[in-house]
Amino acid sequence: MATAHSRAAARLTMSPAVILLLGWMLIPLVMTLYFSFLRYNLLMPGTEEFIGTLNYQYFLTDPAFFAALGNTLALVGGVLVLTIAGGIGLALLLDQPFWGRGIVRLLVIAPFFVMPTVSALVWKNMLMNPVNGLFAAIAKGLGLQPFDFLAEAPLSSIILIVTWQWLPFATLILLTALQSLDSERLEAAEMDGAGALDRFIHIILPHLARAMTVVTLIQTIFLLSVFAEILVTTNGGPGTATTNITYLVYAQSLLQFDVGGGSAGGIVAVVLANIVAVFLMRMIGRNLDI
Amino acid sequence: MARATTNRKKLVVTLIAWTVGIVIFFPILWTVLTSFKTEAEAVATPPTFLAFHWTLENYTEVQQRSDYFLHFWNSVVISVGSTLIGLMVAVPAAWSMAFIPGKRTRDVLMWMLSTKMLPPVGVLIPIYLLFRDTGLLDSRIGLVIVLTLINLPIIVWMLFTYFREIPGEILEASRMDGAGLRDEILFVLLPMAVPGIASTLLLNIILAWNEAFWTLNLSASQSAPLTAFIASYSSPEGLFYAKLSAASTMAVAPILILGWFSQKQLVRGLTFGAVK
Repeated sequence: MATAHSRAAARLTMSPAVILLLGWMLIPLVMTLYFSFLRYNLLMPGTEEFIGTLNYQYFLTDPAFFAALGNTLALVGGVLVLTIAGGIGLALLLDQPFWGRGIVRLLVIAPFFVMPTVSALVWKNMLMNPVNGLFAAIAKGLGLQPFDFLAEAPLSSIILIVTWQWLPFATLILLTALQSLDSERLEAAEMDGAGALDRFIHIILPHLARAMTVVTLIQTIFLLSVFAEILVTTNGGPGTATTNITYLVYAQSLLQFDVGGGSAGGIVAVVLANIVAVFLMRMIGRNLDI
Repeated sequence: MARATTNRKKLVVTLIAWTVGIVIFFPILWTVLTSFKTEAEAVATPPTFLAFHWTLENYTEVQQRSDYFLHFWNSVVISVGSTLIGLMVAVPAAWSMAFIPGKRTRDVLMWMLSTKMLPPVGVLIPIYLLFRDTGLLDSRIGLVIVLTLINLPIIVWMLFTYFREIPGEILEASRMDGAGLRDEILFVLLPMAVPGIASTLLLNIILAWNEAFWTLNLSASQSAPLTAFIASYSSPEGLFYAKLSAASTMAVAPILILGWFSQKQLVRGLTFGAVK
Protein backbone atom coordinates (compact mmCIF):
# COMPACT_ATOMS: atom_id res chain seq x y z
CA MET A 1 0.00 0.00 0.00
CA ALA A 2 2.66 2.47 1.00
CA THR A 3 4.60 2.87 -2.22
CA ALA A 4 7.97 4.50 -2.59
CA HIS A 5 6.13 7.42 -4.09
CA SER A 6 3.83 7.90 -1.12
CA ARG A 7 6.77 7.46 1.28
CA ALA A 8 8.54 10.32 -0.40
CA ALA A 9 5.37 12.38 -0.19
CA ALA A 10 5.06 11.53 3.48
CA ARG A 11 8.60 12.63 4.16
CA LEU A 12 8.01 15.84 2.26
CA THR A 13 4.82 16.71 4.14
CA MET A 14 6.37 15.99 7.51
CA SER A 15 9.57 17.92 6.94
CA PRO A 16 8.35 21.48 7.67
CA ALA A 17 7.03 20.49 11.09
CA VAL A 18 10.09 18.39 11.89
CA ILE A 19 12.57 21.03 10.72
CA LEU A 20 10.82 23.81 12.63
CA LEU A 21 10.70 21.85 15.86
CA LEU A 22 14.25 20.64 15.45
CA GLY A 23 15.39 24.22 14.95
CA TRP A 24 13.34 25.44 17.88
CA MET A 25 14.81 22.79 20.10
CA LEU A 26 18.42 22.67 19.01
CA ILE A 27 19.50 26.21 18.14
CA PRO A 28 18.51 27.93 21.40
CA LEU A 29 19.52 24.95 23.48
CA VAL A 30 23.01 24.89 21.97
CA MET A 31 23.25 28.64 22.55
CA THR A 32 22.17 28.25 26.19
CA LEU A 33 24.76 25.53 26.62
CA TYR A 34 27.44 27.76 25.10
CA PHE A 35 26.49 30.79 27.24
CA SER A 36 26.55 28.65 30.35
CA PHE A 37 30.33 28.31 30.03
CA LEU A 38 30.91 32.04 29.62
CA ARG A 39 31.20 34.96 31.95
CA TYR A 40 28.52 36.99 30.24
CA ASN A 41 26.68 39.89 31.83
CA LEU A 42 24.43 42.16 29.79
CA LEU A 43 25.49 45.15 31.87
CA MET A 44 29.15 44.61 30.98
CA PRO A 45 29.19 44.00 27.24
CA GLY A 46 32.51 43.03 25.70
CA THR A 47 33.83 41.25 28.78
CA GLU A 48 32.66 37.78 27.79
CA GLU A 49 35.22 35.07 28.41
CA PHE A 50 35.29 31.32 28.78
CA ILE A 51 35.20 30.31 32.44
CA GLY A 52 34.57 26.57 32.25
CA THR A 53 32.08 25.18 34.72
CA LEU A 54 32.27 28.10 37.12
CA ASN A 55 28.67 29.18 36.41
CA TYR A 56 27.46 25.69 37.28
CA GLN A 57 29.51 25.64 40.47
CA TYR A 58 27.99 28.94 41.56
CA PHE A 59 24.48 27.98 40.57
CA LEU A 60 24.48 24.53 42.13
CA THR A 61 26.04 25.69 45.41
CA ASP A 62 23.78 28.72 45.74
CA PRO A 63 21.39 28.25 48.69
CA ALA A 64 18.73 29.81 46.45
CA PHE A 65 19.03 26.80 44.14
CA PHE A 66 18.20 24.34 46.91
CA ALA A 67 15.35 26.54 48.07
CA ALA A 68 14.06 26.72 44.48
CA LEU A 69 14.42 22.97 44.00
CA GLY A 70 12.47 22.32 47.19
CA ASN A 71 9.81 24.86 46.25
CA THR A 72 9.46 23.37 42.77
CA LEU A 73 8.96 19.90 44.22
CA ALA A 74 6.50 21.18 46.83
CA LEU A 75 4.55 23.11 44.23
CA VAL A 76 4.36 20.25 41.72
CA GLY A 77 3.71 17.60 44.38
CA GLY A 78 1.23 19.67 46.35
CA VAL A 79 -0.83 20.65 43.34
CA LEU A 80 -0.77 17.08 41.97
CA VAL A 81 -2.03 15.56 45.21
CA LEU A 82 -4.73 18.19 45.69
CA THR A 83 -5.98 18.15 42.11
CA ILE A 84 -6.08 14.37 41.81
CA ALA A 85 -7.75 13.81 45.17
CA GLY A 86 -10.15 16.69 44.56
CA GLY A 87 -10.65 15.63 40.97
CA ILE A 88 -11.67 12.11 41.94
CA GLY A 89 -14.11 13.47 44.52
CA LEU A 90 -15.60 15.93 42.05
CA ALA A 91 -15.78 13.36 39.26
CA LEU A 92 -17.68 10.96 41.54
CA LEU A 93 -20.03 13.77 42.53
CA LEU A 94 -20.66 15.02 38.99
CA ASP A 95 -21.24 11.48 37.77
CA GLN A 96 -24.34 11.19 40.00
CA PRO A 97 -27.71 12.12 38.57
CA PHE A 98 -28.84 15.54 39.80
CA TRP A 99 -30.68 18.60 38.56
CA GLY A 100 -28.60 21.04 36.51
CA ARG A 101 -25.65 18.73 35.84
CA GLY A 102 -24.68 20.54 32.67
CA ILE A 103 -24.56 23.92 34.38
CA VAL A 104 -22.60 22.70 37.41
CA ARG A 105 -20.13 21.09 35.03
CA LEU A 106 -19.63 24.43 33.30
CA LEU A 107 -19.09 26.16 36.67
CA VAL A 108 -16.51 23.58 37.74
CA ILE A 109 -14.40 23.69 34.58
CA ALA A 110 -14.45 27.49 34.27
CA PRO A 111 -11.22 28.24 36.21
CA PHE A 112 -9.18 26.36 33.62
CA PHE A 113 -9.91 29.04 31.04
CA VAL A 114 -8.86 31.96 33.23
CA MET A 115 -5.45 33.25 32.21
CA PRO A 116 -2.77 32.77 34.90
CA THR A 117 -2.14 36.47 35.44
CA VAL A 118 -5.84 37.14 36.02
CA SER A 119 -6.37 34.30 38.44
CA ALA A 120 -3.24 35.19 40.39
CA LEU A 121 -4.20 38.87 40.68
CA VAL A 122 -7.81 38.13 41.58
CA TRP A 123 -6.77 35.73 44.32
CA LYS A 124 -4.00 38.00 45.59
CA ASN A 125 -6.03 41.20 45.77
CA MET A 126 -9.70 40.48 45.96
CA LEU A 127 -9.66 37.29 48.02
CA MET A 128 -6.41 37.00 49.98
CA ASN A 129 -5.57 40.64 50.69
CA PRO A 130 -5.42 41.02 54.51
CA VAL A 131 -7.07 44.47 54.49
CA ASN A 132 -9.54 44.60 51.61
CA GLY A 133 -9.83 40.97 50.59
CA LEU A 134 -12.99 38.93 50.88
CA PHE A 135 -11.38 36.31 53.16
CA ALA A 136 -10.36 39.09 55.55
CA ALA A 137 -13.92 40.42 55.54
CA ILE A 138 -15.24 36.95 56.34
CA ALA A 139 -12.68 36.53 59.13
CA LYS A 140 -13.63 39.90 60.61
CA GLY A 141 -17.30 38.98 60.34
CA LEU A 142 -16.60 35.87 62.39
CA GLY A 143 -14.61 37.87 64.91
CA LEU A 144 -11.26 36.42 63.83
CA GLN A 145 -7.98 38.08 62.97
CA PRO A 146 -7.53 38.37 59.17
CA PHE A 147 -4.76 36.13 57.86
CA ASP A 148 -2.13 37.56 55.54
CA PHE A 149 -1.95 34.60 53.17
CA LEU A 150 0.87 35.64 50.84
CA ALA A 151 3.08 36.91 53.69
CA GLU A 152 2.45 34.18 56.28
CA ALA A 153 2.07 31.13 54.03
CA PRO A 154 3.29 32.27 50.61
CA LEU A 155 4.04 28.90 49.04
CA SER A 156 0.82 27.30 50.29
CA SER A 157 -1.12 30.25 48.93
CA ILE A 158 0.43 29.83 45.50
CA ILE A 159 -0.25 26.09 45.67
CA LEU A 160 -3.88 26.96 46.42
CA ILE A 161 -4.13 29.35 43.45
CA VAL A 162 -2.52 26.88 41.04
CA THR A 163 -4.70 24.06 42.37
CA TRP A 164 -7.78 26.15 41.64
CA GLN A 165 -6.56 26.54 38.06
CA TRP A 166 -5.80 22.85 37.49
CA LEU A 167 -8.59 21.16 39.44
CA PRO A 168 -10.99 21.51 36.47
CA PHE A 169 -8.56 19.75 34.17
CA ALA A 170 -8.13 16.79 36.53
CA THR A 171 -11.86 16.65 37.17
CA LEU A 172 -12.77 16.73 33.50
CA ILE A 173 -10.39 13.94 32.57
CA LEU A 174 -11.25 11.74 35.54
CA LEU A 175 -14.95 12.31 34.86
CA THR A 176 -14.52 11.33 31.22
CA ALA A 177 -12.74 8.16 32.32
CA LEU A 178 -15.35 7.43 34.99
CA GLN A 179 -18.17 7.67 32.48
CA SER A 180 -16.61 4.91 30.41
CA LEU A 181 -16.88 2.53 33.38
CA ASP A 182 -19.33 -0.28 32.76
CA SER A 183 -22.16 0.26 35.27
CA GLU A 184 -23.04 -3.44 35.15
CA ARG A 185 -19.78 -4.26 36.84
CA LEU A 186 -20.65 -1.94 39.71
CA GLU A 187 -24.15 -3.37 39.98
CA ALA A 188 -22.85 -6.92 39.95
CA ALA A 189 -20.41 -6.08 42.71
CA GLU A 190 -23.21 -4.48 44.69
CA MET A 191 -25.31 -7.64 44.31
CA ASP A 192 -22.39 -9.66 45.64
CA GLY A 193 -22.51 -7.50 48.74
CA ALA A 194 -19.53 -5.21 48.07
CA GLY A 195 -19.88 -1.97 50.03
CA ALA A 196 -19.37 1.48 48.55
CA LEU A 197 -15.76 1.61 49.79
CA ASP A 198 -14.97 -1.83 48.37
CA ARG A 199 -16.42 -0.86 45.03
CA PHE A 200 -14.37 2.34 45.05
CA ILE A 201 -11.09 0.63 45.89
CA HIS A 202 -11.46 -2.49 43.77
CA ILE A 203 -13.36 -1.28 40.72
CA ILE A 204 -13.37 2.49 40.38
CA LEU A 205 -9.77 3.29 41.34
CA PRO A 206 -8.19 0.67 39.04
CA HIS A 207 -10.41 1.89 36.23
CA LEU A 208 -9.19 5.46 36.80
CA ALA A 209 -5.51 4.46 36.99
CA ARG A 210 -4.76 5.34 33.40
CA ALA A 211 -6.52 8.69 33.57
CA MET A 212 -4.67 9.45 36.81
CA THR A 213 -1.31 8.74 35.16
CA VAL A 214 -2.20 10.98 32.25
CA VAL A 215 -3.26 13.79 34.59
CA THR A 216 -0.08 13.43 36.64
CA LEU A 217 2.17 13.46 33.64
CA ILE A 218 0.57 16.31 31.76
CA GLN A 219 0.15 18.51 34.79
CA THR A 220 3.78 17.90 35.71
CA ILE A 221 4.92 19.39 32.39
CA PHE A 222 2.99 22.56 33.04
CA LEU A 223 3.58 22.75 36.79
CA LEU A 224 7.36 22.54 36.43
CA SER A 225 7.24 25.87 34.62
CA VAL A 226 4.73 27.81 36.72
CA PHE A 227 5.81 31.40 36.29
CA ALA A 228 3.11 34.06 35.92
CA GLU A 229 1.43 33.15 39.21
CA ILE A 230 4.68 33.76 41.07
CA LEU A 231 5.64 36.88 39.13
CA VAL A 232 2.44 38.78 39.87
CA THR A 233 1.85 37.62 43.45
CA THR A 234 5.14 37.41 45.36
CA ASN A 235 8.00 37.97 42.89
CA GLY A 236 9.52 34.82 44.33
CA GLY A 237 9.57 36.15 47.89
CA PRO A 238 9.57 36.79 50.72
CA GLY A 239 13.26 35.95 50.36
CA THR A 240 13.24 32.83 48.23
CA ALA A 241 10.11 31.37 49.84
CA THR A 242 8.21 31.07 46.55
CA THR A 243 11.05 30.99 44.03
CA ASN A 244 10.89 27.92 41.83
CA ILE A 245 13.56 26.90 39.33
CA THR A 246 11.82 28.69 36.46
CA TYR A 247 11.56 31.92 38.42
CA LEU A 248 15.14 31.64 39.69
CA VAL A 249 16.53 31.39 36.16
CA TYR A 250 14.32 34.26 35.02
CA ALA A 251 15.50 36.45 37.91
CA GLN A 252 19.15 35.65 37.35
CA SER A 253 19.11 36.30 33.62
CA LEU A 254 16.56 39.04 33.03
CA LEU A 255 16.63 40.86 36.38
CA GLN A 256 20.32 40.54 37.22
CA PHE A 257 21.39 40.34 33.58
CA ASP A 258 23.72 37.43 34.37
CA VAL A 259 23.35 35.54 31.12
CA GLY A 260 26.07 33.02 31.97
CA GLY A 261 24.66 32.11 35.37
CA GLY A 262 21.10 32.09 34.07
CA SER A 263 22.08 29.81 31.22
CA ALA A 264 23.70 27.35 33.60
CA GLY A 265 20.43 27.41 35.56
CA GLY A 266 18.49 26.86 32.35
CA ILE A 267 20.55 23.79 31.51
CA VAL A 268 20.02 22.45 35.03
CA ALA A 269 16.27 22.97 34.56
CA VAL A 270 16.41 21.07 31.27
CA VAL A 271 18.24 18.16 32.90
CA LEU A 272 15.73 18.01 35.76
CA ALA A 273 12.80 18.14 33.34
CA ASN A 274 14.38 15.36 31.31
CA ILE A 275 14.49 13.08 34.31
CA VAL A 276 10.74 13.61 34.64
CA ALA A 277 10.25 13.35 30.89
CA VAL A 278 11.80 9.90 30.67
CA PHE A 279 9.10 8.53 32.95
CA LEU A 280 6.51 10.56 31.12
CA MET A 281 7.33 9.34 27.63
CA ARG A 282 7.47 5.72 28.75
CA MET A 283 4.09 5.99 30.41
CA ILE A 284 2.40 7.72 27.49
CA GLY A 285 4.05 5.38 24.99
CA ARG A 286 2.72 2.39 26.87
CA ASN A 287 -0.77 3.84 27.15
CA LEU A 288 -1.10 4.85 23.53
CA ASP A 289 -1.28 2.14 20.97
CA ILE A 290 -0.02 3.62 17.76
CA MET B 1 -41.53 4.60 48.22
CA ALA B 2 -38.38 3.68 46.35
CA ARG B 3 -39.07 6.58 44.04
CA ALA B 4 -39.31 8.98 46.98
CA THR B 5 -35.92 7.92 48.36
CA THR B 6 -34.30 8.26 44.92
CA ASN B 7 -35.74 11.71 44.62
CA ARG B 8 -34.56 12.64 48.11
CA LYS B 9 -31.08 11.37 47.25
CA LYS B 10 -31.15 13.33 44.03
CA LEU B 11 -32.11 16.46 45.92
CA VAL B 12 -29.23 16.03 48.37
CA VAL B 13 -26.75 15.45 45.55
CA THR B 14 -28.14 18.46 43.71
CA LEU B 15 -27.60 20.66 46.77
CA ILE B 16 -24.05 19.43 47.36
CA ALA B 17 -23.07 19.64 43.69
CA TRP B 18 -24.42 23.16 43.24
CA THR B 19 -22.69 24.33 46.43
CA VAL B 20 -19.36 22.90 45.27
CA GLY B 21 -19.83 24.29 41.78
CA ILE B 22 -20.58 27.77 43.05
CA VAL B 23 -17.63 27.72 45.47
CA ILE B 24 -15.26 26.78 42.65
CA PHE B 25 -16.77 29.37 40.32
CA PHE B 26 -16.96 32.02 43.02
CA PRO B 27 -13.67 33.89 42.30
CA ILE B 28 -14.87 34.45 38.73
CA LEU B 29 -18.35 35.47 39.82
CA TRP B 30 -16.91 37.84 42.41
CA THR B 31 -14.65 39.43 39.79
CA VAL B 32 -17.56 39.99 37.42
CA LEU B 33 -19.69 41.51 40.21
CA THR B 34 -16.87 43.74 41.42
CA SER B 35 -16.33 45.06 37.91
CA PHE B 36 -19.76 46.75 38.13
CA LYS B 37 -19.07 48.42 41.49
CA THR B 38 -17.53 51.78 42.24
CA GLU B 39 -13.98 51.64 43.64
CA ALA B 40 -15.25 52.59 47.10
CA GLU B 41 -17.88 49.88 47.08
CA ALA B 42 -15.40 47.29 45.81
CA VAL B 43 -13.54 47.45 49.14
CA ALA B 44 -16.53 48.14 51.41
CA THR B 45 -16.79 46.23 54.69
CA PRO B 46 -18.94 44.25 54.93
CA PRO B 47 -18.73 43.43 51.22
CA THR B 48 -21.88 44.02 49.20
CA PHE B 49 -23.06 41.13 47.12
CA LEU B 50 -25.80 42.28 44.76
CA ALA B 51 -27.28 45.34 46.45
CA PHE B 52 -24.84 47.94 45.22
CA HIS B 53 -24.99 50.79 42.78
CA TRP B 54 -24.30 49.11 39.41
CA THR B 55 -22.04 51.12 37.13
CA LEU B 56 -20.20 50.67 33.85
CA GLU B 57 -17.63 53.38 34.52
CA ASN B 58 -14.81 50.90 35.20
CA TYR B 59 -15.06 49.55 31.70
CA THR B 60 -14.76 52.95 30.08
CA GLU B 61 -12.00 53.92 32.48
CA VAL B 62 -9.90 50.85 31.71
CA GLN B 63 -10.03 51.77 28.04
CA GLN B 64 -9.17 55.40 28.73
CA ARG B 65 -6.27 54.78 31.10
CA SER B 66 -4.57 52.30 28.87
CA ASP B 67 -5.41 51.31 25.36
CA TYR B 68 -7.33 48.16 26.24
CA PHE B 69 -8.41 47.39 22.70
CA LEU B 70 -4.82 47.43 21.49
CA HIS B 71 -4.00 44.63 23.94
CA PHE B 72 -7.18 42.78 23.12
CA TRP B 73 -6.31 42.97 19.44
CA ASN B 74 -2.76 41.78 20.21
CA SER B 75 -4.23 38.74 21.95
CA VAL B 76 -6.46 38.01 18.97
CA VAL B 77 -3.65 38.39 16.42
CA ILE B 78 -1.19 36.33 18.44
CA SER B 79 -3.51 33.45 19.34
CA VAL B 80 -5.33 33.19 16.02
CA GLY B 81 -2.21 33.87 13.96
CA SER B 82 -0.06 31.29 15.70
CA THR B 83 -2.87 28.73 15.49
CA LEU B 84 -3.45 29.20 11.75
CA ILE B 85 0.25 29.02 10.91
CA GLY B 86 0.58 25.98 13.16
CA LEU B 87 -2.29 24.29 11.35
CA MET B 88 -0.74 24.98 7.96
CA VAL B 89 2.43 23.23 9.02
CA ALA B 90 0.76 20.48 11.02
CA VAL B 91 -2.05 19.33 8.71
CA PRO B 92 0.29 17.86 6.05
CA ALA B 93 2.51 16.30 8.72
CA ALA B 94 -0.37 14.72 10.64
CA TRP B 95 -1.94 13.60 7.38
CA SER B 96 1.07 11.55 6.33
CA MET B 97 1.61 10.18 9.84
CA ALA B 98 -1.96 8.94 9.98
CA PHE B 99 -2.25 7.53 6.45
CA ILE B 100 1.26 6.56 5.41
CA PRO B 101 2.75 5.46 8.71
CA GLY B 102 6.36 4.41 8.33
CA LYS B 103 8.67 2.63 10.72
CA ARG B 104 9.65 5.84 12.40
CA THR B 105 6.27 7.57 12.60
CA ARG B 106 5.86 6.60 16.22
CA ASP B 107 9.34 7.84 17.08
CA VAL B 108 8.73 11.15 15.34
CA LEU B 109 5.48 11.62 17.23
CA MET B 110 7.07 10.83 20.56
CA TRP B 111 9.97 13.11 19.78
CA MET B 112 7.59 15.96 18.96
CA LEU B 113 5.86 15.44 22.26
CA SER B 114 9.21 15.47 24.04
CA THR B 115 9.95 18.98 22.72
CA LYS B 116 6.95 20.07 24.75
CA MET B 117 8.81 18.96 27.85
CA LEU B 118 11.71 21.27 27.22
CA PRO B 119 11.30 23.83 30.02
CA PRO B 120 10.92 27.31 28.52
CA VAL B 121 13.59 28.79 30.81
CA GLY B 122 16.10 26.49 29.14
CA VAL B 123 15.80 28.52 25.97
CA LEU B 124 14.64 31.87 27.36
CA ILE B 125 17.98 33.64 27.16
CA PRO B 126 18.94 32.84 23.55
CA ILE B 127 15.42 33.61 22.33
CA TYR B 128 15.44 36.87 24.25
CA LEU B 129 18.83 37.87 22.84
CA LEU B 130 17.97 36.75 19.29
CA PHE B 131 14.74 38.73 19.45
CA ARG B 132 16.54 41.77 20.84
CA ASP B 133 19.10 41.70 18.05
CA THR B 134 16.57 41.16 15.27
CA GLY B 135 14.03 43.69 16.50
CA LEU B 136 11.45 41.00 17.25
CA LEU B 137 11.32 41.89 20.93
CA ASP B 138 7.96 43.44 21.77
CA SER B 139 6.55 42.65 18.33
CA ARG B 140 3.44 40.66 17.50
CA ILE B 141 5.32 38.75 14.78
CA GLY B 142 7.85 37.54 17.34
CA LEU B 143 5.15 36.28 19.68
CA VAL B 144 3.29 34.60 16.81
CA ILE B 145 6.50 32.74 15.89
CA VAL B 146 7.19 31.57 19.44
CA LEU B 147 3.60 30.49 20.17
CA THR B 148 3.39 28.65 16.86
CA LEU B 149 6.48 26.67 17.79
CA ILE B 150 5.53 25.87 21.36
CA ASN B 151 2.05 24.65 20.39
CA LEU B 152 3.03 22.85 17.19
CA PRO B 153 3.51 19.46 18.90
CA ILE B 154 0.03 19.65 20.43
CA ILE B 155 -1.50 20.59 17.08
CA VAL B 156 0.22 17.72 15.28
CA TRP B 157 -0.81 15.24 17.96
CA MET B 158 -4.41 16.36 18.09
CA LEU B 159 -4.79 16.28 14.33
CA PHE B 160 -3.09 12.89 14.23
CA THR B 161 -5.56 11.38 16.70
CA TYR B 162 -8.47 12.73 14.63
CA PHE B 163 -7.06 11.75 11.23
CA ARG B 164 -6.34 8.24 12.46
CA GLU B 165 -10.05 7.67 12.80
CA ILE B 166 -10.80 8.49 9.16
CA PRO B 167 -11.09 5.19 7.26
CA GLY B 168 -8.15 4.75 4.89
CA GLU B 169 -10.22 2.87 2.31
CA ILE B 170 -11.92 6.06 1.24
CA LEU B 171 -8.58 7.55 0.34
CA GLU B 172 -7.62 4.46 -1.59
CA ALA B 173 -10.88 4.58 -3.51
CA SER B 174 -10.26 8.18 -4.49
CA ARG B 175 -6.73 7.27 -5.52
CA MET B 176 -8.12 4.52 -7.75
CA ASP B 177 -10.31 7.13 -9.36
CA GLY B 178 -7.17 8.97 -10.30
CA ALA B 179 -7.14 11.71 -7.68
CA GLY B 180 -3.72 13.27 -7.22
CA LEU B 181 -2.15 14.07 -3.87
CA ARG B 182 -3.44 17.62 -3.97
CA ASP B 183 -6.98 16.58 -4.90
CA GLU B 184 -6.87 13.88 -2.27
CA ILE B 185 -6.10 16.37 0.47
CA LEU B 186 -8.39 19.15 -0.77
CA PHE B 187 -11.52 17.24 -1.74
CA VAL B 188 -11.46 13.99 0.21
CA LEU B 189 -9.48 14.41 3.38
CA LEU B 190 -10.26 17.96 4.35
CA PRO B 191 -14.07 17.71 4.36
CA MET B 192 -13.87 14.65 6.60
CA ALA B 193 -11.22 16.23 8.76
CA VAL B 194 -13.00 19.54 9.31
CA PRO B 195 -14.46 18.62 12.74
CA GLY B 196 -11.03 17.53 14.00
CA ILE B 197 -9.35 20.60 12.58
CA ALA B 198 -12.00 22.84 14.13
CA SER B 199 -11.50 21.28 17.57
CA THR B 200 -7.76 21.64 17.27
CA LEU B 201 -8.16 25.25 16.23
CA LEU B 202 -10.41 26.01 19.18
CA LEU B 203 -8.24 24.35 21.81
CA ASN B 204 -5.09 25.90 20.46
CA ILE B 205 -6.55 29.40 20.44
CA ILE B 206 -7.44 28.92 24.10
CA LEU B 207 -3.94 27.70 24.97
CA ALA B 208 -2.29 30.54 23.07
CA TRP B 209 -4.64 33.17 24.55
CA ASN B 210 -3.70 32.14 28.08
CA GLU B 211 0.02 31.53 27.51
CA ALA B 212 1.85 33.55 30.13
CA PHE B 213 5.55 32.78 30.05
CA TRP B 214 6.70 33.94 26.64
CA THR B 215 4.12 36.70 26.37
CA LEU B 216 5.29 38.17 29.70
CA ASN B 217 8.97 37.93 28.88
CA LEU B 218 9.01 38.99 25.24
CA SER B 219 6.48 41.81 25.16
CA ALA B 220 6.35 45.37 26.45
CA SER B 221 3.88 48.16 25.79
CA GLN B 222 3.43 47.66 22.04
CA SER B 223 2.79 43.97 21.54
CA ALA B 224 1.55 43.05 25.03
CA PRO B 225 -1.43 40.71 24.84
CA LEU B 226 -3.99 40.65 27.65
CA THR B 227 -1.91 38.30 29.84
CA ALA B 228 0.86 40.89 30.02
CA PHE B 229 -1.52 43.85 30.16
CA ILE B 230 -3.27 42.41 33.22
CA ALA B 231 0.10 41.76 34.87
CA SER B 232 0.68 45.53 34.86
CA TYR B 233 -1.98 45.71 37.57
CA SER B 234 0.32 43.88 39.98
CA SER B 235 1.90 47.20 41.00
CA PRO B 236 -1.21 49.31 41.52
CA GLU B 237 -1.69 52.84 42.72
CA GLY B 238 -4.66 53.76 44.88
CA LEU B 239 -7.97 51.99 44.66
CA PHE B 240 -8.03 49.68 41.70
CA TYR B 241 -10.10 46.56 42.52
CA ALA B 242 -13.06 47.54 40.35
CA LYS B 243 -10.85 48.47 37.42
CA LEU B 244 -8.80 45.30 37.81
CA SER B 245 -12.07 43.36 37.80
CA ALA B 246 -13.34 45.07 34.68
CA ALA B 247 -10.08 44.45 32.83
CA SER B 248 -10.04 40.83 34.01
CA THR B 249 -13.63 40.22 33.03
CA MET B 250 -13.03 41.50 29.53
CA ALA B 251 -9.84 39.44 29.23
CA VAL B 252 -11.43 36.19 30.40
CA ALA B 253 -14.98 36.33 29.03
CA PRO B 254 -14.36 35.59 25.34
CA ILE B 255 -12.09 32.64 25.98
CA LEU B 256 -14.25 31.26 28.79
CA ILE B 257 -17.19 31.10 26.40
CA LEU B 258 -15.05 29.42 23.73
CA GLY B 259 -13.78 27.02 26.37
CA TRP B 260 -17.25 26.04 27.48
CA PHE B 261 -18.02 25.05 23.91
CA SER B 262 -14.90 22.96 23.59
CA GLN B 263 -14.89 20.95 26.82
CA LYS B 264 -15.00 17.58 25.04
CA GLN B 265 -12.13 18.43 22.71
CA LEU B 266 -10.17 19.74 25.65
CA VAL B 267 -9.91 16.32 27.26
CA ARG B 268 -8.90 14.63 24.07
CA GLY B 269 -6.51 17.34 22.96
CA LEU B 270 -4.67 17.81 26.21
CA THR B 271 -4.26 14.11 26.86
CA PHE B 272 -2.91 13.58 23.34
CA GLY B 273 -5.75 11.21 22.60
CA ALA B 274 -5.08 8.98 25.62
CA VAL B 275 -8.43 9.79 27.25
CA LYS B 276 -11.51 10.32 25.09
